[in-house]
Amino acid sequence: MRGPDPRSIVGKVPPPERHVPLIVVGAGPAGVAAAIEAARAGVEVMLVDEHPVDNDMMAMDVPLCFGQRMDGSVRNRALMLERVVETNPDLAAAHDAGVDVQLGTYVWGAFVNGPAVQELPVSMLGLADDRRSWLVGYDRLIVAAGARDVLLGFPGWERAGTLGAGGATALLTRYRALAARRVVVLGSGALALHTAELALEHGVEVAGIVEVDGRLRGDAALAKTLADRGVPFLLSHTIQSARGRTGEIESVVLVSVNRDGSPVAGSEREIACDAVCWAVGLVPNVELLHLVGARLRFVSQLGGWVPEVDARLRTSVATVFAAGDCVGFHESRLAAPDIARAEGRAAGRAAAESLGAARGPEAETRRRVAAASAADEPHGYWRSWLDSLIAAGGWEVNVCQCEEVTRRELVETKPPRYLAWRSSQMSARSLETLLRDGPLNQDQIKRLTRAGMGPCQSRRCREQVGLLLARAADTSLDRIPLPTFRPPIRPLPLNVLWPADEPAAMREEWVSWFGIPTQFSPHWTAGMAIDEPTAHTRLIMSDE
Amino acid sequence: MAGMARTNGASVVIVGGGVTGLSAGWWLARVGVDVLVLEKGIVGWEASGRNGGGATHVYSPFGLEEQRLWPQMDELLGYPTEYQSCRIGIALSETQLALARRWAEIGETRGFRWELLDRRQLKELVPIVGDNAIGGTYLHFGGHANPQRTVQGYAWALQDHGGRILQHTTVTGLTQRGGRITAVETTRGAFGADVVVIAAGPQTGAFADMLGAWLPLAPARVEMVATEPIPLMRVGGVAGNGLYGRQTLRGNLVYGGGPHEWINVPDMTTPDHANTPLVRSLARRLAELLPGAAHVRLIRSWSGLVENTPDGLPVVERLAQPDNVVIATMSSVGFGLSPAVGRAISELVRHGRCQFADLGALALGRFADTPRDWRERAGWAAASPAIEAAAGGDD
Repeated sequence: MRGPDPRSIVGKVPPPERHVPLIVVGAGPAGVAAAIEAARAGVEVMLVDEHPVDNDMMAMDVPLCFGQRMDGSVRNRALMLERVVETNPDLAAAHDAGVDVQLGTYVWGAFVNGPAVQELPVSMLGLADDRRSWLVGYDRLIVAAGARDVLLGFPGWERAGTLGAGGATALLTRYRALAARRVVVLGSGALALHTAELALEHGVEVAGIVEVDGRLRGDAALAKTLADRGVPFLLSHTIQSARGRTGEIESVVLVSVNRDGSPVAGSEREIACDAVCWAVGLVPNVELLHLVGARLRFVSQLGGWVPEVDARLRTSVATVFAAGDCVGFHESRLAAPDIARAEGRAAGRAAAESLGAARGPEAETRRRVAAASAADEPHGYWRSWLDSLIAAGGWEVNVCQCEEVTRRELVETKPPRYLAWRSSQMSARSLETLLRDGPLNQDQIKRLTRAGMGPCQSRRCREQVGLLLARAADTSLDRIPLPTFRPPIRPLPLNVLWPADEPAAMREEWVSWFGIPTQFSPHWTAGMAIDEPTAHTRLIMSDE
Repeated sequence: MAGMARTNGASVVIVGGGVTGLSAGWWLARVGVDVLVLEKGIVGWEASGRNGGGATHVYSPFGLEEQRLWPQMDELLGYPTEYQSCRIGIALSETQLALARRWAEIGETRGFRWELLDRRQLKELVPIVGDNAIGGTYLHFGGHANPQRTVQGYAWALQDHGGRILQHTTVTGLTQRGGRITAVETTRGAFGADVVVIAAGPQTGAFADMLGAWLPLAPARVEMVATEPIPLMRVGGVAGNGLYGRQTLRGNLVYGGGPHEWINVPDMTTPDHANTPLVRSLARRLAELLPGAAHVRLIRSWSGLVENTPDGLPVVERLAQPDNVVIATMSSVGFGLSPAVGRAISELVRHGRCQFADLGALALGRFADTPRDWRERAGWAAASPAIEAAAGGDD
């Protein structure tokens, strides 16, 4: 018997640079509360948060949709770090509780053993800053990664100035770096009203709150306050286009819609603004949970795919917990940030106890899911927005900005334009013919059309691609499998990911393909034995 | 072929909708054979649709046919494969240069043309090469294609010729009667067949087992990475430094290489695709290969399952017993050779022998004396459960 194949991964995975008993990902209310709770229970905790993210990342709308509306101050990393700390007083409390707080640090991967991977020494996260990447091992993980923006396309949405509520809020508060003076808010629910209020507080004019629905979806009292401050409300309206002479948004054209979402002819009105903010909902950030193998399920009322958690916020993976908006986002949570904190404390306590900390007082851990009704399901609401946008803006609108795939090209499953491919066979293929062969699969259509394959890692289009496909296939999103997430879940440069800690064996035994001595031997000279590589075959296989 | 079209069966049933099975099915359908492909998931979903896309395997018995067919594939299929011809090998060391030359010389032996490049010539062709490169090779043969688009092209073209594909259909057994397979049993009922082609990737060994044939196969996981797009290079088929891959026509750099992990695939399911920190080492290798792209962002990675025979060579054979079965595994090198091997399989099905290549070296019989514990002996066994248990206890 021989030792393990020297060209296999055995012995080549670098040990983590550090090992901490508990890593908490995300320093929002839930994450900070979790970290503090666990630290107070005596656990060594590392709390990681990517903010402040650098300008280049923001420019790609990662992790939130910033819509190119960052001012120059975001290039000053030291200043941004100061602001992030200053605007989140909980961080100081975490630090005082002994938590190791790592800001400006991306979590780009999670690596765990499973059916197809068994050679990892421990479960690890891949971390990175602007300069380098490293691995940290953990015994327990709490994911408090929050929620991200939902954007829908309209003609001109590629112009600078199309933001998401999450991106706008981050620029207004944490970064204090919003480069917009006059914003149109799309949506009228709690998220939209809250975003509008925040904008006004920070001296940004709100040129209109636009709602495709015939009714105000958020709190009437708050809406009245906003209206009293001069904010126009445009119910039964949609956005027809954004205009501007350069690559910037300078105005939007709004149009009133009939009950079926179709535009009312002649009702167009142009409103000057330099930003449009989508505030129709947020989607839980489940990338990391997916990578660690936690079971996810689709619950529309919670924003889509969410982890299955028990009463103590433990996921289906015994070592991984989840808390805050990534367990499920609902607009009612905006009014009660204490819910997220309570979840964080519960997860922190549960994680600490699973590591041997003394059992504490039973925390109130039951998540409060707001009164459920079909009207609360954001996907139906997004669908009405989408219908109105299609009716007003047509099919020749990019759904995927990175790859420039239009709505039409997506639902007709056309190969990308740069191939300039035409054939009668290809013309006969469509989503309809694809559906005859099997159920709708967003990843499959992504491969064919490239929608969602760009550098923003589908942050701007994942939901609208799903919604459009479901609409075209006459099905619903819950019936489409979760499109996968792959590391790195943040787009990082090669020279940042470059491992400084690579074991020598990785370089010494590196082969491009298996290193089986006979695999690439010319067939007219081939030998067939299972044997050690000869000097000759070694030359064929190995470049070291 | 009797062409016995049955509602619940086909003249030829192909087990496995990977690139080998699809190509075989397409070649058969082209000549009017009633063919049915059974696929447990989506066509080309595993390593067939996620690989380096290389089409430069002139060392293989299928090599000349591979070179002949690829330039025609777009037209033959009627769908885009994104095939691009020629390859450039970049060497960062004398050993790497010797390896690149060796590949080139194997091609030369078969009558193909190549040039040795010095650093200046290399930089003219590939401006993002760095001063760490010592030279390279320019192969005026070989090439690469887009695996995802190609597998879908095979599947669609097969259907255009009247062939059928059943996705989400797992084969659970093979019915034998009178020394022949008469039907293929699946999760969606049994399908009668005159001839059965088994091209089931890592699971091919398990099917051979059902037929009493010994096909030693070791499944393994391999990984690749993809960057954001960069401006198109004159030749996209650029590789070296222990990496295989290409620049896609969209501009992404897509590369793989480095250590594999031997694993077990216990049944007919495929474990979730998972990556390891190897993605960082791939990033490093790529930044070394193309220093002018070191700032480019990595946006994706993936892993795929492939299978290897003990000698790393394919098995493509029409069995003697039962005599209506063709078994095919490409031993982890299937995509580029798929146009040729599909044609070979179609000939084995129709004529009992391959007319354009001698497949003698690829017969199953060569493993008759391979011991059952060959994986352990070769060091190719999957990690012991003890390692798994020690690794953290995630459930």
